[in-house]
Amino acid sequence: MSDATAVKIQKIRELIVRHKRWDVAFGIVGVLALMIGVLTFVALFLDMLIDGAPRLTWDFLTSFPSRKPDQAGILSAWVGSTMVMLVTAVTAIPLGVGAGVYLEEYAPRNWMTDLIEINVTNLAGVPSIVYGLLALGLFVYQFGLGQSVLTAGLTLALLILPVIIVATREAIRSIPAAIREGAYALGATKWQTTAHHIIPYSMAGILTGVIIGLARAIGETAPIITVGALTFIAFLPEAPITSEPPFVSFEWLMSGFTVMPIQMFNWTSRPEAAFQLNAAAAGVVLLIMTLSMNALAIYIRYRLRKSIKW
Amino acid sequence: MTSISRVDRIASLPETIVSDRLARRRLRHVQERVIEFILFLAALVSVATTVGIVLILLKESFDFFQVISLWDFLTDTQWTPLFSDAHYGIAPLLSGTLVSSAVALLVAIPLGTIIAIYLSEFAPFAVREIAKPFLELLGGIPTIVYGYFALLFVTPVLQLIFPELPGFNLLSAGLVMGIMIIPYVSSVSEDAMRAVPMALREGSYAMGATRYQTAIRVVTPAAFSGIAAAYILGISRAVGETMILAVAAGMQPNLTWNPMEPAATITAYIVQVALGDLPHGSIGYQTIFAAGLTLALMTLLFNVLGHLLRKRYRQAY
Repeated sequence: MSDATAVKIQKIRELIVRHKRWDVAFGIVGVLALMIGVLTFVALFLDMLIDGAPRLTWDFLTSFPSRKPDQAGILSAWVGSTMVMLVTAVTAIPLGVGAGVYLEEYAPRNWMTDLIEINVTNLAGVPSIVYGLLALGLFVYQFGLGQSVLTAGLTLALLILPVIIVATREAIRSIPAAIREGAYALGATKWQTTAHHIIPYSMAGILTGVIIGLARAIGETAPIITVGALTFIAFLPEAPITSEPPFVSFEWLMSGFTVMPIQMFNWTSRPEAAFQLNAAAAGVVLLIMTLSMNALAIYIRYRLRKSIKW
Repeated sequence: MTSISRVDRIASLPETIVSDRLARRRLRHVQERVIEFILFLAALVSVATTVGIVLILLKESFDFFQVISLWDFLTDTQWTPLFSDAHYGIAPLLSGTLVSSAVALLVAIPLGTIIAIYLSEFAPFAVREIAKPFLELLGGIPTIVYGYFALLFVTPVLQLIFPELPGFNLLSAGLVMGIMIIPYVSSVSEDAMRAVPMALREGSYAMGATRYQTAIRVVTPAAFSGIAAAYILGISRAVGETMILAVAAGMQPNLTWNPMEPAATITAYIVQVALGDLPHGSIGYQTIFAAGLTLALMTLLFNVLGHLLRKRYRQAY
């Protein structure tokens, strides 16, 4: 081998080494970028936990808000959140799943279907506060529902509808055509096929979407403030179950209410530091609620991916 | 040997059973159509929502613009609808929105893109399996929690570096908002990159390119239309974000391009009015719909731009 070739090979090797350094460098940059996310999350959680821990007692969960920060609690907030979520779930799940099933199984290929599909995509990008304005104009004043649990629940249902529709469609799309063909071959109608096969088989995927949607709804603040939820509520809505016949009451639907994020916002925006500790405690509770819901959804999806048989 | 055909069997059945079956089949048909129609109505709710949003925003804004001229709305440099000396210039709210969004995007776009490239092209399987759900969790944190964090953690930390930074400022709200948006940008971008066919990468490696060169010069350009969609999604999130700004950036309209100052955004103004008690139909009540319409038009504009970008750079494989 001549010297010239050896030098050339040497140069090429150097070039490769130099370029490979970029690989390593970018790998490090990528890990650092991820670390920024991780560190922010850790800082956020620890900051709130340290501030809020002394306030996280049983009394905090069972007391109404108060002018005295050390006696205030989140009873009306979590009860309100639960009731609003109930309305949201009851409305959004049938509508979302129904719409998803329609778009995947029934919809003919025409302009109407295209319109609905474009709509669902675009609605997912509409800022949540705009839903609040819709609810204020439509539910509160046009329909006269007032600033009630029902209004808030319906607003959040509209907000999470695209999430549930998209999840339903994805779940249905992963079912092989052979399942449908099998059902049709046995003489099942379209609805029988859908109700007995398609929906049960896509249940896990739908459930993931529902949980993620509800987790988003429970932390949503802006549209509910826009609707006009009160920030100071020292009473509970009427209980849905009564001791006298007919045993169920729907009074609570029209009741005034507050929810967890609004209670937290109220405490955060007060100048007194003592209230901000309450905000931290409420934040920890809220964070645990949403994170555990999201984690559950991720877990279900993980299990689903492992257990799929077709 | 004759096999009895289905027709023969039906013919041999008593008259009533046959007609009964036919009747049941007709009933079944009706039932099918009814169910299909109900499902169609469920799908139509999304269209109704859009129509509702457009109608409500236009109707209330129309009443607003009967009183306030569009020219004043666009050119006045003050926004003081709740004062006795009322001015209705959207500019201060717009500047707050744009400055905070710019700060957020300066954080979210570079970090989100780097994370997407890293997860799609560099990360070992185990890292990706842990990082993706984690990012998803990060996107699931309620924005009010981020707002608390911006006001009571990030701002004090920033004040150590910039002692003159006021308690409410666009900078800390924007930074936290950027962190919040990272998962949206990174997950959509990563999906786009993973959709790039393996053959392209193999071709690049075969030509002697390194992993970094392949990622930056082959995969990223090929996935550009999807990455652009991710950026547009990020911009929409930033412009429409409410609680972080309402908590950490203050509610004082302020025509400024300096992120170190406090300023209200369009969304923060809507929250401020909603917290008060303005009578339905008053001009103050209508301002939030005019502000909301501005916001909706801005997101629409970005979405249309995104759509055009996607169309322009779409690559088919």
